Amino acid sequence: MKLLESPAVKVGLSVSIATGLYGISFGALASASGFSFWQTMAFSLLMFSGGSQFAFIGVVAGGGSGIAAMTAAALLGLRNGIYGMQMNALLRPRGWLRYPQAHITIDESTATASGQRNPDEQRRGFWTAGLGIFVLWNIFTAVGALAGDALGDPKQWGLDGAAVAAFLGLLWPRLKGREPWAIAAAAALATIVAVPFVPAGVPILVAAVVAGAIGWFSHGRSDEGMEPDVDPYPHGHPSTGASSRERNAE
Amino acid sequence: MNLWLWILIACGLAYLTKLSGYFVPAKLLRSPRMMRVAGTMTIGLLTSLTVVNAVASGQSLAFDARLGALAAGAVALWLRAPFLVVVIVGSAAAAGLRLLGWH
Repeated sequence: MKLLESPAVKVGLSVSIATGLYGISFGALASASGFSFWQTMAFSLLMFSGGSQFAFIGVVAGGGSGIAAMTAAALLGLRNGIYGMQMNALLRPRGWLRYPQAHITIDESTATASGQRNPDEQRRGFWTAGLGIFVLWNIFTAVGALAGDALGDPKQWGLDGAAVAAFLGLLWPRLKGREPWAIAAAAALATIVAVPFVPAGVPILVAAVVAGAIGWFSHGRSDEGMEPDVDPYPHGHPSTGASSRERNAE
Repeated sequence: MNLWLWILIACGLAYLTKLSGYFVPAKLLRSPRMMRVAGTMTIGLLTSLTVVNAVASGQSLAFDARLGALAAGAVALWLRAPFLVVVIVGSAAAAGLRLLGWH
């Protein structure tokens, strides 16, 4: 079969373009928050997990310390460990292949692979989405960083408003149903109560503890909050008729 | 230089977290409780980051043009706009409100 005729490769490519493009907003926000070009690139090349990258620069932009930023980014990356376990079980990589595969284990590559039934297609989907996003995400991060540098005063361009919208956009796909809204409300309240009392950046960690405790002590869906930012199968999957979210819940 | 250090540690932790899924025995990570905590924490962190960026100004709360960005972003998301459009809408709302004199 020709590679481009593979449904998984097609899905992987379209997810790559949609996800890679918003690297522009990461690059622009990072440079507006005072990160140098190479610091910005280090995030996209080495951290390579959109949510964690935005979290780190978001904490620093709000006046938080490096250690608070690192902690927020690390906690937000925990779900990638779960994805790694799922992809290890699904794709069964051998030997050295696990090291590069781990690096591109993110929401979208996992969701692309999980949406396929055939093992070869799962593998093609994972690698197409993972490598495609990695390449485009880094190219567009560089474009955004250079553009952000050229803009001048970030506030005049509303880049602080862009950060607010970006975090809301990352949160949005995970707010399906009553439970995630309740968790979000508790986290928002904890944040607002904590802001006057603890140093900048720490309210985010307080909210993480509150939300983690809710997950620990309550019973509910085991994959709550594990939705990709860009759903590879927004219109349902040909073989199951369910969107990624519904399929994950099975 | 200090910031570089935290960036590199955070990058290292991000990779080790991903890698752990491939090497730590599945039994340890597969517990439904661990998966739930990772998921609910993701919601909590992203909510908190949204709120902090919208209303926190150091250690005080400020209600300024960023709230307009929050509302505009929500409307764009509700209309199913793609991520990049949502970000641009948020930025335009904040910049526009400032031009109108609401800082």
